[in-house]
Amino acid sequence: MSNRDYSLFGPDAKRAVESGLTAAEWYHTEVPRKVMKDLMARSDQPAIRDTIIYYGSMILLAGIGIALWPSLWSIPFWLAYGVLYGSASDSRWHECGHGTAFKTPWMNDVVYQIASFMIMRNPATWRWSHARHHSETYFVGRDPEIAVMRPPEVAKLILNFFGILDVIAFVPRILRNAISGPTPEERTYVPHSEWGKVQRAAIVHVSIYAATIGLAVGTGSILPLMVIGLPRMYGAWHHVMTGLLQHGGLADNVIDHRLNSRTVHMNPISRFIYWNMNYHVEHHMFPMVPYHALPRLHEVIKHDLPPPNRSIAEAFREMWPAIKRQVMNQDHFIRRDLPPTAKPYREDFHHYVPGMMPPSAAE
Amino acid sequence: MPWIDACATTDIDEEDLIRWDHAGKTFAIYHSPDGEFFATAGLCTHENVHLCDGLVMGNLVECPKHNGQFDYRTGEAMRAPVCVNLRTFPVKVEGDRVFVEVA
Ligand code: FES
Repeated sequence: MSNRDYSLFGPDAKRAVESGLTAAEWYHTEVPRKVMKDLMARSDQPAIRDTIIYYGSMILLAGIGIALWPSLWSIPFWLAYGVLYGSASDSRWHECGHGTAFKTPWMNDVVYQIASFMIMRNPATWRWSHARHHSETYFVGRDPEIAVMRPPEVAKLILNFFGILDVIAFVPRILRNAISGPTPEERTYVPHSEWGKVQRAAIVHVSIYAATIGLAVGTGSILPLMVIGLPRMYGAWHHVMTGLLQHGGLADNVIDHRLNSRTVHMNPISRFIYWNMNYHVEHHMFPMVPYHALPRLHEVIKHDLPPPNRSIAEAFREMWPAIKRQVMNQDHFIRRDLPPTAKPYREDFHHYVPGMMPPSAAE
Repeated sequence: MPWIDACATTDIDEEDLIRWDHAGKTFAIYHSPDGEFFATAGLCTHENVHLCDGLVMGNLVECPKHNGQFDYRTGEAMRAPVCVNLRTFPVKVEGDRVFVEVA
Protein backbone atom coordinates (compact mmCIF):
# COMPACT_ATOMS: atom_id res chain seq x y z
CA MET A 1 0.00 0.00 0.00
CA SER A 2 1.31 3.42 -0.89
CA ASN A 3 0.97 6.47 1.34
CA ARG A 4 -0.30 9.53 -0.44
CA ASP A 5 1.21 12.93 0.22
CA TYR A 6 -1.19 15.66 -0.87
CA SER A 7 1.20 18.53 -0.25
CA LEU A 8 1.80 20.59 -3.40
CA PHE A 9 5.50 20.47 -2.51
CA GLY A 10 5.68 16.77 -1.56
CA PRO A 11 7.15 13.67 -3.21
CA ASP A 12 3.88 12.73 -4.94
CA ALA A 13 3.72 16.16 -6.57
CA LYS A 14 7.26 15.65 -7.85
CA ARG A 15 6.54 12.12 -9.00
CA ALA A 16 3.43 13.20 -10.93
CA VAL A 17 5.55 15.64 -12.93
CA GLU A 18 8.53 13.34 -13.42
CA SER A 19 6.43 10.38 -14.51
CA GLY A 20 4.76 12.42 -17.26
CA LEU A 21 1.33 12.19 -15.65
CA THR A 22 0.84 15.96 -15.58
CA ALA A 23 1.73 16.26 -19.26
CA ALA A 24 -0.42 13.38 -20.47
CA GLU A 25 -3.47 13.93 -22.64
CA TRP A 26 -6.91 13.24 -21.15
CA TYR A 27 -9.37 10.91 -22.78
CA HIS A 28 -12.25 12.55 -24.66
CA THR A 29 -15.32 11.01 -26.22
CA GLU A 30 -15.49 11.85 -29.92
CA VAL A 31 -18.18 14.42 -30.64
CA PRO A 32 -18.66 15.86 -34.16
CA ARG A 33 -17.49 19.47 -34.30
CA LYS A 34 -20.87 20.84 -35.38
CA VAL A 35 -22.64 19.12 -32.48
CA MET A 36 -20.01 20.33 -30.04
CA LYS A 37 -20.22 23.89 -31.34
CA ASP A 38 -23.93 23.83 -30.78
CA LEU A 39 -23.46 22.48 -27.24
CA MET A 40 -20.81 25.07 -26.41
CA ALA A 41 -22.92 28.00 -27.63
CA ARG A 42 -23.41 30.64 -24.94
CA SER A 43 -26.64 32.29 -23.94
CA ASP A 44 -27.62 34.76 -21.20
CA GLN A 45 -31.23 33.76 -20.96
CA PRO A 46 -31.12 30.56 -18.80
CA ALA A 47 -28.67 32.04 -16.31
CA ILE A 48 -30.56 35.36 -16.05
CA ARG A 49 -33.75 33.43 -15.31
CA ASP A 50 -32.00 31.24 -12.72
CA THR A 51 -30.20 34.19 -11.14
CA ILE A 52 -33.42 36.15 -10.71
CA ILE A 53 -35.03 33.13 -9.06
CA TYR A 54 -31.90 32.57 -6.97
CA TYR A 55 -31.34 36.07 -5.59
CA GLY A 56 -35.09 36.73 -5.45
CA SER A 57 -35.58 33.64 -3.26
CA MET A 58 -32.68 34.63 -1.03
CA ILE A 59 -34.09 38.11 -0.44
CA LEU A 60 -37.55 36.72 0.24
CA LEU A 61 -36.36 33.99 2.61
CA ALA A 62 -33.98 36.26 4.53
CA GLY A 63 -36.71 38.91 4.71
CA ILE A 64 -39.16 36.45 6.27
CA GLY A 65 -36.42 35.10 8.56
CA ILE A 66 -35.66 38.62 9.78
CA ALA A 67 -39.36 39.45 10.17
CA LEU A 68 -39.97 36.34 12.28
CA TRP A 69 -36.74 36.63 14.28
CA PRO A 70 -36.20 35.49 17.04
CA SER A 71 -39.22 33.17 16.84
CA LEU A 72 -38.57 29.50 16.13
CA TRP A 73 -40.89 29.92 13.16
CA SER A 74 -38.02 31.65 11.39
CA ILE A 75 -35.93 28.43 11.39
CA PRO A 76 -37.26 26.84 8.17
CA PHE A 77 -36.69 30.10 6.32
CA TRP A 78 -33.11 30.33 7.57
CA LEU A 79 -32.50 26.71 6.60
CA ALA A 80 -33.69 27.34 3.06
CA TYR A 81 -31.82 30.65 2.86
CA GLY A 82 -28.71 28.92 4.20
CA VAL A 83 -28.69 26.33 1.43
CA LEU A 84 -28.94 29.03 -1.21
CA TYR A 85 -26.20 31.05 0.50
CA GLY A 86 -23.85 28.28 1.62
CA SER A 87 -24.39 25.71 -1.16
CA ALA A 88 -25.85 27.25 -4.32
CA SER A 89 -23.05 29.84 -4.14
CA ASP A 90 -20.60 27.00 -4.74
CA SER A 91 -22.10 26.12 -8.12
CA ARG A 92 -22.48 29.81 -9.11
CA TRP A 93 -18.86 30.36 -8.18
CA HIS A 94 -17.96 27.36 -10.25
CA GLU A 95 -19.93 28.07 -13.42
CA CYS A 96 -19.22 31.79 -13.47
CA GLY A 97 -15.55 31.07 -12.75
CA HIS A 98 -15.49 29.05 -15.94
CA GLY A 99 -17.22 31.97 -17.65
CA THR A 100 -19.80 29.71 -19.23
CA ALA A 101 -22.96 30.48 -17.24
CA PHE A 102 -23.75 33.75 -19.04
CA LYS A 103 -22.80 34.86 -22.50
CA THR A 104 -22.07 38.39 -21.28
CA PRO A 105 -18.70 38.47 -19.46
CA TRP A 106 -19.59 41.11 -16.84
CA MET A 107 -22.59 39.05 -15.72
CA ASN A 108 -20.31 36.07 -15.07
CA ASP A 109 -17.90 38.35 -13.21
CA VAL A 110 -20.53 39.94 -10.96
CA VAL A 111 -22.11 36.62 -9.95
CA TYR A 112 -18.63 35.10 -9.51
CA GLN A 113 -17.55 37.84 -7.11
CA ILE A 114 -20.73 37.60 -5.02
CA ALA A 115 -20.59 33.80 -4.97
CA SER A 116 -16.90 33.80 -3.98
CA PHE A 117 -17.74 36.00 -1.04
CA MET A 118 -20.62 33.79 0.09
CA ILE A 119 -18.71 30.52 -0.27
CA MET A 120 -15.67 32.08 1.47
CA ARG A 121 -13.14 31.74 -1.29
CA ASN A 122 -10.77 34.39 -2.44
CA PRO A 123 -11.97 35.03 -6.01
CA ALA A 124 -8.45 35.72 -7.21
CA THR A 125 -6.87 32.50 -5.93
CA TRP A 126 -9.60 29.92 -6.36
CA ARG A 127 -9.93 30.64 -10.06
CA TRP A 128 -6.39 29.32 -10.43
CA SER A 129 -6.75 26.36 -8.14
CA HIS A 130 -9.76 25.35 -10.16
CA ALA A 131 -7.78 25.57 -13.39
CA ARG A 132 -5.31 23.14 -11.81
CA HIS A 133 -8.19 20.92 -10.70
CA HIS A 134 -9.21 20.66 -14.35
CA SER A 135 -5.72 20.07 -15.75
CA GLU A 136 -4.74 17.56 -13.12
CA THR A 137 -7.97 16.24 -11.68
CA TYR A 138 -7.26 14.06 -8.66
CA PHE A 139 -3.53 13.87 -9.24
CA VAL A 140 -2.11 13.43 -5.76
CA GLY A 141 0.08 16.40 -4.82
CA ARG A 142 -1.05 18.45 -7.83
CA ASP A 143 -4.79 18.98 -7.54
CA PRO A 144 -5.47 21.51 -4.77
CA GLU A 145 -9.21 20.70 -4.71
CA ILE A 146 -9.27 17.06 -3.64
CA ALA A 147 -12.31 16.71 -1.39
CA VAL A 148 -11.58 13.19 -0.11
CA MET A 149 -7.92 12.65 0.59
CA ARG A 150 -6.82 9.11 1.32
CA PRO A 151 -6.92 7.65 3.82
CA PRO A 152 -10.17 9.55 4.35
CA GLU A 153 -10.75 11.18 7.72
CA VAL A 154 -14.43 10.46 8.09
CA ALA A 155 -14.87 12.78 11.09
CA LYS A 156 -13.50 15.66 9.04
CA LEU A 157 -15.84 14.87 6.14
CA ILE A 158 -18.77 14.96 8.53
CA LEU A 159 -17.64 18.22 10.19
CA ASN A 160 -17.53 19.82 6.78
CA PHE A 161 -21.22 19.18 6.23
CA PHE A 162 -21.46 22.19 8.56
CA GLY A 163 -18.62 24.03 6.83
CA ILE A 164 -16.61 23.91 10.04
CA LEU A 165 -13.21 22.99 8.63
CA ASP A 166 -13.65 25.18 5.57
CA VAL A 167 -14.40 28.20 7.72
CA ILE A 168 -11.56 27.41 10.13
CA ALA A 169 -9.21 27.22 7.13
CA PHE A 170 -10.69 30.31 5.50
CA VAL A 171 -10.31 32.79 8.35
CA PRO A 172 -6.51 32.76 8.76
CA ARG A 173 -6.03 32.46 4.99
CA ILE A 174 -8.14 35.48 4.09
CA LEU A 175 -6.51 37.52 6.87
CA ARG A 176 -3.11 36.50 5.60
CA ASN A 177 -4.12 37.31 2.00
CA ALA A 178 -5.34 40.73 3.16
CA ILE A 179 -2.08 41.45 4.96
CA SER A 180 0.52 39.95 2.62
CA GLY A 181 -1.13 38.52 -0.52
CA PRO A 182 -1.11 34.82 -1.50
CA THR A 183 0.32 32.14 0.79
CA PRO A 184 3.44 30.24 -0.39
CA GLU A 185 1.23 27.34 -1.52
CA GLU A 186 -1.09 29.66 -3.46
CA ARG A 187 1.96 31.16 -5.13
CA THR A 188 2.57 27.77 -6.81
CA TYR A 189 -0.53 28.16 -8.95
CA VAL A 190 -1.43 31.88 -8.94
CA PRO A 191 0.68 33.82 -11.45
CA HIS A 192 2.73 36.68 -10.05
CA SER A 193 0.76 39.25 -12.02
CA GLU A 194 -2.37 38.33 -10.02
CA TRP A 195 -0.96 38.59 -6.51
CA GLY A 196 -2.18 42.17 -6.06
CA LYS A 197 -5.73 41.08 -6.90
CA VAL A 198 -5.55 38.35 -4.27
CA GLN A 199 -4.77 40.96 -1.63
CA ARG A 200 -7.38 43.49 -2.80
CA ALA A 201 -10.17 40.89 -2.86
CA ALA A 202 -9.19 39.71 0.62
CA ILE A 203 -9.34 43.27 1.97
CA VAL A 204 -12.88 43.65 0.59
CA HIS A 205 -14.02 40.34 2.14
CA VAL A 206 -12.42 41.08 5.51
CA SER A 207 -14.01 44.55 5.55
CA ILE A 208 -17.50 43.16 4.95
CA TYR A 209 -17.09 40.59 7.72
CA ALA A 210 -15.70 43.23 10.08
CA ALA A 211 -18.71 45.48 9.39
CA THR A 212 -21.14 42.58 9.92
CA ILE A 213 -19.48 41.53 13.19
CA GLY A 214 -19.45 45.19 14.26
CA LEU A 215 -23.18 45.43 13.57
CA ALA A 216 -23.83 42.22 15.50
CA VAL A 217 -21.85 43.48 18.50
CA GLY A 218 -23.44 46.93 18.25
CA THR A 219 -26.97 45.57 18.18
CA GLY A 220 -26.25 42.76 20.63
CA SER A 221 -27.76 40.23 18.20
CA ILE A 222 -26.43 37.49 15.94
CA LEU A 223 -29.06 38.40 13.36
CA PRO A 224 -26.57 40.19 11.03
CA LEU A 225 -24.45 37.03 11.07
CA MET A 226 -27.48 34.89 10.28
CA VAL A 227 -27.66 36.85 7.02
CA ILE A 228 -23.92 37.13 6.27
CA GLY A 229 -21.31 34.55 7.29
CA LEU A 230 -23.10 31.89 9.33
CA PRO A 231 -25.20 30.52 6.43
CA ARG A 232 -21.87 29.34 4.98
CA MET A 233 -22.01 26.85 7.85
CA TYR A 234 -25.65 26.06 8.46
CA GLY A 235 -26.34 25.84 4.72
CA ALA A 236 -23.17 24.07 3.59
CA TRP A 237 -24.49 20.52 3.73
CA HIS A 238 -25.92 20.40 0.21
CA HIS A 239 -22.76 21.45 -1.58
CA VAL A 240 -20.69 19.09 0.56
CA MET A 241 -23.09 16.25 -0.20
CA THR A 242 -22.96 16.85 -3.94
CA GLY A 243 -19.27 17.76 -3.88
CA LEU A 244 -18.27 14.46 -2.28
CA LEU A 245 -20.07 12.60 -5.03
CA GLN A 246 -18.04 14.30 -7.76
CA HIS A 247 -14.97 12.13 -7.30
CA GLY A 248 -15.34 10.34 -3.95
CA GLY A 249 -14.25 6.69 -3.88
CA LEU A 250 -13.10 6.76 -7.51
CA ALA A 251 -9.61 6.39 -8.97
CA ASP A 252 -6.86 8.97 -8.57
CA ASN A 253 -3.84 9.61 -10.79
CA VAL A 254 -5.66 8.61 -13.98
CA ILE A 255 -6.25 10.58 -17.17
CA ASP A 256 -9.76 9.47 -18.00
CA HIS A 257 -12.59 11.38 -16.34
CA ARG A 258 -14.81 8.34 -16.70
CA LEU A 259 -12.62 6.71 -14.05
CA ASN A 260 -12.32 9.56 -11.58
CA SER A 261 -15.62 11.48 -11.85
CA ARG A 262 -19.22 10.58 -11.20
CA THR A 263 -22.44 11.57 -12.97
CA VAL A 264 -25.55 11.29 -10.80
CA HIS A 265 -29.17 11.87 -11.76
CA MET A 266 -30.70 14.24 -9.22
CA ASN A 267 -34.01 15.78 -8.29
CA PRO A 268 -34.80 19.18 -9.88
CA ILE A 269 -34.26 21.19 -6.67
CA SER A 270 -30.78 19.75 -6.17
CA ARG A 271 -30.05 20.36 -9.82
CA PHE A 272 -31.05 24.01 -9.43
CA ILE A 273 -28.86 24.38 -6.35
CA TYR A 274 -26.01 22.52 -8.04
CA TRP A 275 -26.54 24.08 -11.47
CA ASN A 276 -26.40 20.73 -13.26
CA MET A 277 -22.91 19.84 -12.02
CA ASN A 278 -24.36 16.40 -11.33
CA TYR A 279 -23.27 15.81 -14.95
CA HIS A 280 -19.76 15.78 -13.66
CA VAL A 281 -17.99 13.46 -16.08
CA GLU A 282 -19.46 15.52 -18.91
CA HIS A 283 -18.36 18.79 -17.30
CA HIS A 284 -14.79 17.61 -16.81
CA MET A 285 -14.50 16.18 -20.27
CA PHE A 286 -15.92 19.32 -21.92
CA PRO A 287 -15.62 22.33 -19.58
CA MET A 288 -16.68 24.63 -22.44
CA VAL A 289 -20.24 23.37 -22.36
CA PRO A 290 -22.45 25.62 -20.19
CA TYR A 291 -24.43 24.12 -17.33
CA HIS A 292 -27.74 24.43 -19.17
CA ALA A 293 -26.45 22.29 -22.07
CA LEU A 294 -25.04 19.49 -19.93
CA PRO A 295 -28.19 17.33 -20.07
CA ARG A 296 -27.99 17.50 -23.88
CA LEU A 297 -24.28 16.67 -23.80
CA HIS A 298 -25.05 13.70 -21.58
CA GLU A 299 -27.45 12.35 -24.21
CA VAL A 300 -24.79 12.74 -26.92
CA ILE A 301 -21.98 10.92 -25.09
CA LYS A 302 -23.70 8.57 -22.64
CA HIS A 303 -22.92 5.55 -24.83
CA ASP A 304 -19.26 6.11 -23.93
CA LEU A 305 -19.69 6.70 -20.18
CA PRO A 306 -20.30 4.48 -17.19
CA PRO A 307 -24.03 4.46 -16.41
CA PRO A 308 -24.86 7.37 -14.09
CA ASN A 309 -26.05 6.75 -10.55
CA ARG A 310 -29.81 7.05 -10.46
CA SER A 311 -30.11 9.20 -7.35
CA ILE A 312 -28.10 10.92 -4.64
CA ALA A 313 -28.97 8.09 -2.25
CA GLU A 314 -27.85 5.42 -4.70
CA ALA A 315 -24.60 7.27 -5.35
CA PHE A 316 -23.91 7.48 -1.60
CA ARG A 317 -24.60 3.78 -1.27
CA GLU A 318 -21.88 3.22 -3.85
CA MET A 319 -19.41 5.79 -2.53
CA TRP A 320 -19.63 5.56 1.25
CA PRO A 321 -18.50 1.92 1.65
CA ALA A 322 -15.55 2.65 -0.67
CA ILE A 323 -14.54 5.65 1.42
CA LYS A 324 -14.73 3.51 4.54
CA ARG A 325 -12.54 0.84 2.91
CA GLN A 326 -10.04 3.50 1.91
CA VAL A 327 -9.55 4.25 5.60
CA MET A 328 -7.80 0.88 5.89
CA ASN A 329 -6.56 0.55 2.32
CA GLN A 330 -5.90 3.82 0.61
CA ASP A 331 -5.26 2.16 -2.76
CA HIS A 332 -8.84 0.93 -2.88
CA PHE A 333 -11.15 2.58 -5.41
CA ILE A 334 -14.37 1.91 -7.30
CA ARG A 335 -13.87 0.91 -10.87
CA ARG A 336 -16.97 1.76 -12.82
CA ASP A 337 -18.03 -0.53 -15.65
CA LEU A 338 -18.43 0.89 -19.12
CA PRO A 339 -21.28 -0.08 -21.43
CA PRO A 340 -20.38 -2.31 -24.41
CA THR A 341 -20.75 0.73 -26.70
CA ALA A 342 -17.94 2.60 -24.92
CA LYS A 343 -14.28 2.82 -25.82
CA PRO A 344 -12.44 0.74 -23.20
CA TYR A 345 -10.28 2.33 -20.54
CA ARG A 346 -6.67 2.47 -21.66
CA GLU A 347 -5.12 0.52 -18.83
CA ASP A 348 -1.62 1.51 -19.89
CA PHE A 349 -2.61 5.17 -19.51
CA HIS A 350 -3.42 4.67 -15.88
CA HIS A 351 -0.20 3.43 -14.43
CA TYR A 352 2.10 6.36 -14.75
CA VAL A 353 2.72 6.52 -11.05
CA PRO A 354 4.12 3.19 -9.92
CA GLY A 355 2.26 1.60 -7.09
CA MET A 356 -0.46 4.21 -7.01
CA MET A 357 -3.31 2.33 -8.54
CA PRO A 358 -2.77 -1.41 -8.79
CA PRO A 359 -5.69 -3.00 -10.64
CA SER A 360 -6.13 -5.41 -7.74
CA ALA A 361 -7.27 -2.48 -5.61
CA ALA A 362 -10.35 -1.95 -7.73
CA GLU A 363 -13.73 -3.35 -6.82
CA MET B 1 9.08 35.09 -45.22
CA PRO B 2 7.14 32.53 -47.23
CA TRP B 3 3.39 32.64 -47.76
CA ILE B 4 2.07 29.12 -47.43
CA ASP B 5 -1.16 27.91 -48.99
CA ALA B 6 -2.93 26.64 -45.86
CA CYS B 7 -6.51 25.78 -46.74
CA ALA B 8 -9.58 26.70 -48.78
CA THR B 9 -11.84 29.47 -47.54
CA THR B 10 -14.65 26.95 -47.44
CA ASP B 11 -12.70 24.68 -45.08
CA ILE B 12 -13.60 26.90 -42.12
CA ASP B 13 -17.17 27.78 -41.20
CA GLU B 14 -17.86 31.38 -40.32
CA GLU B 15 -17.17 32.07 -36.63
CA ASP B 16 -15.02 28.97 -36.35
CA LEU B 17 -11.43 27.81 -36.55
CA ILE B 18 -9.37 24.88 -37.73
CA ARG B 19 -6.03 23.44 -36.80
CA TRP B 20 -3.31 23.68 -39.42
CA ASP B 21 0.04 21.96 -38.99
CA HIS B 22 3.02 23.08 -41.01
CA ALA B 23 6.74 22.34 -40.79
CA GLY B 24 6.48 20.75 -37.38
CA LYS B 25 4.46 23.62 -35.95
CA THR B 26 0.78 23.88 -35.20
CA PHE B 27 -1.39 26.89 -36.01
CA ALA B 28 -5.01 27.93 -35.71
CA ILE B 29 -6.77 29.61 -38.64
CA TYR B 30 -9.95 31.56 -37.98
CA HIS B 31 -12.89 32.65 -40.10
CA SER B 32 -14.42 35.66 -38.37
CA PRO B 33 -18.14 36.51 -38.41
CA ASP B 34 -17.27 39.40 -40.78
CA GLY B 35 -15.83 36.93 -43.30
CA GLU B 36 -12.18 37.75 -42.56
CA PHE B 37 -9.42 35.20 -41.95
CA PHE B 38 -6.76 35.25 -39.22
CA ALA B 39 -4.02 32.94 -37.97
CA THR B 40 -2.41 32.42 -34.59
CA ALA B 41 -0.19 29.89 -32.89
CA GLY B 42 -2.21 26.73 -32.42
CA LEU B 43 -1.51 26.11 -28.74
CA CYS B 44 -2.90 28.01 -25.79
CA THR B 45 -0.22 29.97 -23.91
CA HIS B 46 -1.54 28.72 -20.59
CA GLU B 47 -0.97 24.98 -20.82
CA ASN B 48 -0.29 24.23 -24.49
CA VAL B 49 -3.71 22.89 -25.33
CA HIS B 50 -4.82 22.89 -28.98
CA LEU B 51 -7.16 25.82 -29.53
CA CYS B 52 -8.86 24.08 -32.46
CA ASP B 53 -11.31 22.38 -30.07
CA GLY B 54 -12.25 25.75 -28.61
CA LEU B 55 -15.07 28.14 -29.35
CA VAL B 56 -15.00 31.24 -31.54
CA MET B 57 -17.31 33.97 -30.27
CA GLY B 58 -17.12 37.16 -32.31
CA ASN B 59 -13.45 38.14 -32.26
CA LEU B 60 -12.55 35.90 -29.35
CA VAL B 61 -11.40 32.33 -29.19
CA GLU B 62 -11.99 30.43 -25.97
CA CYS B 63 -9.59 27.67 -24.99
CA PRO B 64 -11.26 24.31 -24.43
CA LYS B 65 -9.31 23.50 -21.28
CA HIS B 66 -9.85 26.35 -18.79
CA ASN B 67 -11.92 28.80 -20.80
CA GLY B 68 -9.13 31.36 -21.19
CA GLN B 69 -9.84 33.77 -24.06
CA PHE B 70 -7.77 35.53 -26.71
CA ASP B 71 -8.62 38.15 -29.30
CA TYR B 72 -7.46 36.14 -32.29
CA ARG B 73 -7.00 39.28 -34.42
CA THR B 74 -4.25 40.62 -32.15
CA GLY B 75 -3.43 37.57 -30.03
CA GLU B 76 -4.18 39.56 -26.88
CA ALA B 77 -4.95 37.48 -23.76
CA MET B 78 -8.42 38.61 -22.70
CA ARG B 79 -9.53 36.33 -19.88
CA ALA B 80 -7.81 34.41 -17.09
CA PRO B 81 -6.21 31.96 -16.77
CA VAL B 82 -4.39 33.07 -19.92
CA CYS B 83 -1.93 35.88 -19.23
CA VAL B 84 0.53 35.58 -22.13
CA ASN B 85 -0.54 36.81 -25.56
CA LEU B 86 -0.85 34.44 -28.49
CA ARG B 87 1.45 34.85 -31.46
CA THR B 88 -0.34 35.96 -34.63
CA PHE B 89 0.61 35.48 -38.29
CA PRO B 90 -0.33 37.51 -41.39
CA VAL B 91 -3.01 36.00 -43.58
CA LYS B 92 -4.13 36.77 -47.13
CA VAL B 93 -6.88 35.32 -49.26
CA GLU B 94 -6.34 34.74 -52.97
CA GLY B 95 -9.29 33.34 -54.82
CA ASP B 96 -10.68 30.66 -52.60
CA ARG B 97 -7.36 29.90 -50.89
CA VAL B 98 -6.09 31.12 -47.52
CA PHE B 99 -2.35 31.85 -47.25
CA VAL B 100 -0.44 32.24 -44.00
CA GLU B 101 2.91 33.95 -43.74
CA VAL B 102 4.83 31.73 -41.36
CA ALA B 103 7.91 33.15 -39.77
S1 FES C 1 -4.83 25.64 -21.41
FE1 FES C 1 -5.87 27.25 -22.32
S2 FES C 1 -6.82 28.27 -20.71
FE2 FES C 1 -5.66 26.73 -19.75
